[in-house]
Amino acid sequence: MSENILVITEHLQGHVLDITYIMLAGARQLAEQTGSKVIAVLLGYKAQSLTKNFNADKIHSYDRPSLENFSPDAYLRVIEAEINEEQPRAVIFGHTTIGMDVASGLSARLNLPLVSQVQHFNGSNFVSQICGGKIMAEGALPAPTALVTMVPGGYKLEDGQGPTPFVLEKQAPSLEGMRVRLSHYIEPDVSDVDITKESVLVAVGRGLQSEGDLELVERLASGLNGEVSASRPLVDKGWLPTSRLVGKSGVAVKPKLYLALGISGAPEHVEALTGSDLIIAINTDPDAPIFNIAQYGVVMDMYEMIEALSNTLEGQAHVA
Amino acid sequence: MPERTDFWGIPHAWGDPAIYVYTLMALAAFVLLWRFYQRASPWWKIGRPPSTYRTGTGETLWDRPFLRLWKVIQYAIVQTKVLRQRYPGIMHLGLAWGFFAFFLGTALATIDSHFFKFLQGDIYLIYKFVLDTFTVFFLIGAGMAFYRRTIQRPERLTLEPGFTWSLALITLIALGGLVTESFRLAIERPAWAWWTPAGWLLAQAWIATGASEATLTNWHLSLWLFHLLIVAVTLVTLPVGSLLHILTAPLNVFFAKLDRPAGQLAPVPVTAEGKSIFIQTLRDLTWKQLLEAEACTECGRCQDACPAHAAGTACSPKQLMLDIRSALHHDGVTPLLGEQINPDALWTCTICGSCRQECPILIEHPDTIVDLRRSLVMDGRINAELQKSLDNLGRYGNSFGQSPRMRARWTQGIQPTIADIRRQPAETLWFVGDYASYNATLTDVTRKTAEVFQQAGLDFGILYDAEGNSGNDVRRVGEEGLFEMLVEKNIAMMERCEFETIVTTDPHSFNTLRNEYPDEWRSGHQVLHYASLLDDLLATGKLKLSRQLDYTVTYHDPCYLGRYNDIYNAPRRVIAATGCNLVEMPHHADRATCCGAGGGRIWMEEGHMVERPSESRIREAVAVNGVEALVVACPKDVTMYQDAVKTTGSEDKLKVLDLIELVYEAM
Amino acid sequence: MNIIVPIKMVPDLVEELSIDPGGAALDTAWMRLILNEFDDHAIEQAILLKERLGGQVTVIAPDAPDVDDALFTAAAKGADRLVKLTGETESLNSHAIAHAIVPIIKTEIPDLILTGVQAHDDLDGQVGPLLAESLSMPYVGYVSGVKIENKMATVIKEYPGGLLAEFMVELPAVLGIQASDEPPRYVAFTKVRQAMQTASIEELDIGELYLSGGVTVSRMFQPIVGERAEMIEGQAEEIAIRLVEIMQEHGVL
Repeated sequence: MSENILVITEHLQGHVLDITYIMLAGARQLAEQTGSKVIAVLLGYKAQSLTKNFNADKIHSYDRPSLENFSPDAYLRVIEAEINEEQPRAVIFGHTTIGMDVASGLSARLNLPLVSQVQHFNGSNFVSQICGGKIMAEGALPAPTALVTMVPGGYKLEDGQGPTPFVLEKQAPSLEGMRVRLSHYIEPDVSDVDITKESVLVAVGRGLQSEGDLELVERLASGLNGEVSASRPLVDKGWLPTSRLVGKSGVAVKPKLYLALGISGAPEHVEALTGSDLIIAINTDPDAPIFNIAQYGVVMDMYEMIEALSNTLEGQAHVA
Repeated sequence: MPERTDFWGIPHAWGDPAIYVYTLMALAAFVLLWRFYQRASPWWKIGRPPSTYRTGTGETLWDRPFLRLWKVIQYAIVQTKVLRQRYPGIMHLGLAWGFFAFFLGTALATIDSHFFKFLQGDIYLIYKFVLDTFTVFFLIGAGMAFYRRTIQRPERLTLEPGFTWSLALITLIALGGLVTESFRLAIERPAWAWWTPAGWLLAQAWIATGASEATLTNWHLSLWLFHLLIVAVTLVTLPVGSLLHILTAPLNVFFAKLDRPAGQLAPVPVTAEGKSIFIQTLRDLTWKQLLEAEACTECGRCQDACPAHAAGTACSPKQLMLDIRSALHHDGVTPLLGEQINPDALWTCTICGSCRQECPILIEHPDTIVDLRRSLVMDGRINAELQKSLDNLGRYGNSFGQSPRMRARWTQGIQPTIADIRRQPAETLWFVGDYASYNATLTDVTRKTAEVFQQAGLDFGILYDAEGNSGNDVRRVGEEGLFEMLVEKNIAMMERCEFETIVTTDPHSFNTLRNEYPDEWRSGHQVLHYASLLDDLLATGKLKLSRQLDYTVTYHDPCYLGRYNDIYNAPRRVIAATGCNLVEMPHHADRATCCGAGGGRIWMEEGHMVERPSESRIREAVAVNGVEALVVACPKDVTMYQDAVKTTGSEDKLKVLDLIELVYEAM
Repeated sequence: MNIIVPIKMVPDLVEELSIDPGGAALDTAWMRLILNEFDDHAIEQAILLKERLGGQVTVIAPDAPDVDDALFTAAAKGADRLVKLTGETESLNSHAIAHAIVPIIKTEIPDLILTGVQAHDDLDGQVGPLLAESLSMPYVGYVSGVKIENKMATVIKEYPGGLLAEFMVELPAVLGIQASDEPPRYVAFTKVRQAMQTASIEELDIGELYLSGGVTVSRMFQPIVGERAEMIEGQAEEIAIRLVEIMQEHGVL
């Protein structure tokens, strides 16, 4: 039994996923409570260099060709062994397509309590964000070992970064007989615009009534020298390609201006735009969560605002 | 003394010509009837009878024969609806009345020949004059028709050779008759010749040739034979050519519905065992619906009036009829939807009723469109946007997906507080409607409505959160089950309240509350559209206007207030009372063109369009001389037209005002 | 193909959520429940697979207000069996649901279990992976496409940035559905009403509530809104001018 905090780090195709730093920041806060250590667990193949700026005391690296890509079965086995060996106070996973595949399974396999959607820690309490971000639930972190899946929003990425920690190579258990096998990746279409490089994004969500109205939005976006991005509902409808999706399943963006039109502000979307310099939100619902992260807000029908903004910009262009 | 001679100039050498004529005509008539039977029997062999509905008896189409005959006289003989358009009206009346005259003339001649002689003296002269006049009238019509088909070539017509051949045939009949007569006149040269001026004038040509009596007689006989032959040919080809409408159109008018008002759709039909019928193949259509498809004359007036068609979508009421017709001629069993009929054409319809309004022979396109939509809904073949709206309507009672608790948010701050009719009785229930309640741009209008009602001392209340969508457009989308559920909920809520009258600003809600809610419930309450209420309040002095506005305005008749419920004058009187100067658009009253939101369209993806119906209408409004504002009487019209004003860049030319805004300003 | 779809009802976020007087749970008085959106996709995926490959679809749900509607709707779409877990179902957590369903699945011997990848009120993990582990079946989550061939499932898993991955999974397996191949179909009200007449819901008492594995919440609260946005009011034109000013101040324009 130790008070150490394990962090199951996430990486994809040679990049560290942002959630890793958030988990490390949370782990560090927890560890400081008891003066214990943060151990970042890395499963991969020749991926140690990814850990160079982790804010962790140690890296436990499991390095095998068969761990090069994420696979639920393999991760379950390795992390099970790690937990059995370390007996930590808490194991932090990402509340993501990687972490969620593994955390609950381990909870059942090892009969350990699991808390999900944790946004931050308050002393030795967890504070989870549930019901689309509308409710926070706080409680004591179960003892002696708690499994946790974390969502972004409680910590800054910088807090999860630090000087290069010591890497300990560990021996993974046998990975024979995996029942899940990665066949291949399907890359997203990159012929479209890379919205992560744009400095102005005009984002549309459910408030958009019909595909034809995109024309109006595009006009506004070009008036601002920016591009159109979208939240999930529009991409699901096929009105915009996945390359324009901002959110958990899409990309995270850090533009100078993020103009949110008819977007309610669900957590899976919001988590991907917190890096924006200036967020302006237009929505007819004064209680929309988007107004909690925007710097400026307008309660109005987005179409009225699009029209007014387009006209104002065109007027200014003529003057200029 | 002038008198009619049987078979003048026809030799009796081979026996009585009557025998030949009657035999030939009898044969031709027999072939006509036989072929007509072959054409018509699939209607009742394939189509089903209008069966019983779940809630009451179905439509019988054989009752009150005299009333039905009267309608045939109005629409198939006098042809009042054909006359709604001037050029084709005069043209067709020339052709049709010409033929009625010829038919009558021949019948009278037969009576004169075999029963009692009366075509003599002055009666005979008048007879000749009338027939001659109608011949001229006919030929003018034929000329107009040829011109229409060859030079004018309007888009709405089916410009195929078959139609031109039919026109040629009947023209030949009339010409044959005239020319035969002219030869006779050239030979006989009777004293009364000027009583047939056209024939006599033509006879001059033959006289001028100086031909001998023998030659003229031969020509007369030849033309007479030719005329007889053409008549026989026309008769035997009638059931397969475009002249079939001579038989099918009057039949369609005869069997037209008598009681069900325009704003009331028929419920889903059921079999004798109580199983609901949804249209998969032709067998699921009634024989009346098949007759409609066969009776369609392809005139295309419906298509011309259709706003969805003008917008460039796949919708065409005419094409729908022809698709059913062609399916009937195929085999009658292949699935209709997708194979014979394009579902897209059905979904782009706004159920505005212009097609049925324009159809000269009383075809009810919307009934069939909704029937087909019901089938698509049962199969789940609807697009994602509509699906979302229907899910929202089922769950929250409004298409926006907003909580029922937000329905009355617009009332915040209104003093005195609007009565909650669930708790206290009131004389009038104001059924606010989804758009007026939830749509942010309409809040102002709704509040003004409340103020006007209060100023007029109206004793009213609203249902607050308990109000649900009235169901009008849900029904027209084809989700009959959801419609029934919404009606049940609304009725259950309203039964617990005490009120006499219902008023609503939404014509769609007005239509269904007035025409489609259960009979027993309707008989206890009067349903008013607010235009009628305002009209009444102004007329009785309960609402006084202190200012006279001097705006030049035009008014858009909402589909569900005007065409479906015949309310045209009340809103106009209200506009006049505010002192505004009303100038009508070319398409007004029952010709008003739909804004494009109805039939659930406002809940669907727009799809590809050349120009939105709302934009076309704004262009029409803007063209009215000196107009400052477009006045509307429907919440959806407000939003549709405000949008269209923006997208057509007409903000400085036209304001869109709800009727209540005029009244409010004038108060 | 024998497919089982565990589903559940979750609070509808359209309504305002409030905390009960105890301060540690949601106030259920005004709460409307709705079928978990991802479970809806799971049902659709199951029906699609049944349509392609034949077989049977069983839908299992813990008792809750309006759950019957969700079950009958599933039947109207093509589900063959409807099972409702009755008993103490008010505060069922994911561990408890998984625990209750395991015995049913062991008797059913399904080829595939499809369930929504997550629900927004999950506090102690997700039912899918918990079930998988208890049944010693493999699990893949965030699945947005499933094909079955020869006792193997080919699934598409979603990664961030629009990246997808194809995985081969040995059956029987549990899949956490993010999105079905086709969007969930519409089923007419009339059909649901018909299903209410023709289909029946089997009830299974879950007996004692499996309490361990859950998470104890000491307090629930609405998020503290740090700095709410500065709201700009007025006419659209005025606001637009102000916004453009703001953008210029921030060096955007």
